[in-house]
Amino acid sequence: MKVAFYPGCVSKGACPELYVSAKAIAGPLGLQLEELTEAPCTGAGVLSEQNSELADSLNGLTLAMAESKGADLMTICSTCQGVLSNHNYHLRKDEKRREKVNATIGDQGYTYGGKANVKHLLWMLFEDIGLDKIRSAIKRKLTGLKIAPFYGCYILRPEEYLGIRERPERKTYLEQLIALVGAEPVEYRGATKCCGFPMLTFNRDKSLAMGGSHIVEAKEKGADLLVTPCPLCHLNLDGQQPDAAKVLRKDIGVPIFHLPQLLGLAFGFTPKELRLDHHVVNTMSALEKVELKV
Amino acid sequence: MQFTIEVGRYSPEGTYADSASPPQGFPVPWDKSPPRRYQTFTVDLPEHAVVLDALIAIREYQDESLAVRCACRSAICGSCAMWVNGHANLACKSKLQDCTKDGKTRVEAPPSMPVIRDLVWGMDPFWKKHHAVTPWLENKQPVPGPREEYRVENAAMDELLQEVSCINCGCCLMDCESFAVNADFLGPHALAKAYRYAGDPRDADAKERLGEYSKDGGVWDCTHCYECVQQCPKGVAPLEQILKLRKMAVDAGFTNNAGTRHADAFAESVRGSGRLNELTLMPKSTGMFNVVRQLKTLPSAIAMLRAGKLPPIIHHKIPGVQRIKTIFQRVGGRFK
Repeated sequence: MKVAFYPGCVSKGACPELYVSAKAIAGPLGLQLEELTEAPCTGAGVLSEQNSELADSLNGLTLAMAESKGADLMTICSTCQGVLSNHNYHLRKDEKRREKVNATIGDQGYTYGGKANVKHLLWMLFEDIGLDKIRSAIKRKLTGLKIAPFYGCYILRPEEYLGIRERPERKTYLEQLIALVGAEPVEYRGATKCCGFPMLTFNRDKSLAMGGSHIVEAKEKGADLLVTPCPLCHLNLDGQQPDAAKVLRKDIGVPIFHLPQLLGLAFGFTPKELRLDHHVVNTMSALEKVELKV
Repeated sequence: MQFTIEVGRYSPEGTYADSASPPQGFPVPWDKSPPRRYQTFTVDLPEHAVVLDALIAIREYQDESLAVRCACRSAICGSCAMWVNGHANLACKSKLQDCTKDGKTRVEAPPSMPVIRDLVWGMDPFWKKHHAVTPWLENKQPVPGPREEYRVENAAMDELLQEVSCINCGCCLMDCESFAVNADFLGPHALAKAYRYAGDPRDADAKERLGEYSKDGGVWDCTHCYECVQQCPKGVAPLEQILKLRKMAVDAGFTNNAGTRHADAFAESVRGSGRLNELTLMPKSTGMFNVVRQLKTLPSAIAMLRAGKLPPIIHHKIPGVQRIKTIFQRVGGRFK
């Protein structure tokens, strides 16, 4: 299946392990990734709040690029998903906004027509690729692992823009996937909460307390690791975890996996191929449980 | 139809002191939420019944000691806001059938608020924040003469309609992620109310307001999680009003804060390369000369460097970046 692949800035920047692992699992999933190499950053909501016309145009351009490939756009980041969904929703609905975007980008070789859907890899797994295909790709069951899902706000809220009212099951995909690879999903309140990343530069200690407390809760419920479809959550939960531990005065030490890394392990890739050795929090404690090493 | 309700009970006399604490892991501004006992009731109600119907039925026919606050039963007064299955909602607006999870519905006072008795929680933190934003018009027009009235354009009021729907129920604040870790945060309801007045053309001095709202605990302390948008039973979308305030504050010149520096650094990076430069974003947002804060971020930067998680030192432009520059020139406004 052909998809217009939008990797997002973070998978090409501070979380290269996400990009590498996403590319790795595309093969077994039968995904033909047509990367949108000329697409700009979504603005992560920061540009939308300060200048909605600018954000409409940048994201309209990205969506038009996907449209020109005749494919849906696939994200691997909850934040990219949220921002692109938001602008796609409004541009499809509001003719005036659509006209403005096309007046801005029209002579740049692209026209926004609202034909491309925006879908996170997590959604594509269930809605386009199908469970049979995933099951047939699984070579290694991750039995014995207890995994806490961590969605990231923008793949869940606001429901209106994300089509969750029409498809409420989108709020359960991570748990379903964890069970599918043979692990046990951990039920805890933090799964749908905020990692604190948007506040990191404004209010560092509160941001770390926020993200850290969710990991602590998952750990207390027995989680060996957290899995997230959002690299920004990963930056706060993994990259800042040692500092969060200091703020909360608690020992945390819980590895955080990207969604494609979890799938990749089940598909038989080695931890090194998925760059599980490129995390701030050592992933060994979780890998040992399924008799793997980095 | 039979419905099972699990009610979080608490009494200040300590009747339930031997019982379980509320769900763990939710960071609350108060040190310790008091212990409460979860008591199960079964009620027989029509299939269209709401949670509040069940609570009233319990109080009337099974346990008259159950404390529950309610008045209008029509999602207008905002009295019956509580946690339904771990999320804020009005009990009178939550259909039992929709709320039944694993055969039961769990209701309790929100652990983020001081509990008074059973399902009744104290609204002091809510009102304190509400009053802190000067929730009234500072009039600048002359007082109208007899048989005259204050006039305002319809279009200007349309902008404020969403916020005017607020019924002060507290649903947004009780599930606010920022408030959970930062008791000083003004919170979604108060800031949405703040927008209602700052955005009103009749208000005397929006600029003074925006200065206040830009301080610590104000608009920049929101973590942008959309919980308030999700939980608001009246469609106020507080976060969206907070974002409008942020823009108004920046436009009014309140730019000496991490929020504005972050937006500026973000725009500069996307304009120049089409992509986000994570290497410069953080220090620029923190303020290049804020040495103390810069040093605080150093250990995590080193840890990420050692894990090979730092972005490339040479920041690459995306192919066709000229297209992005053109868009910025056309509609970039302040970011041109």
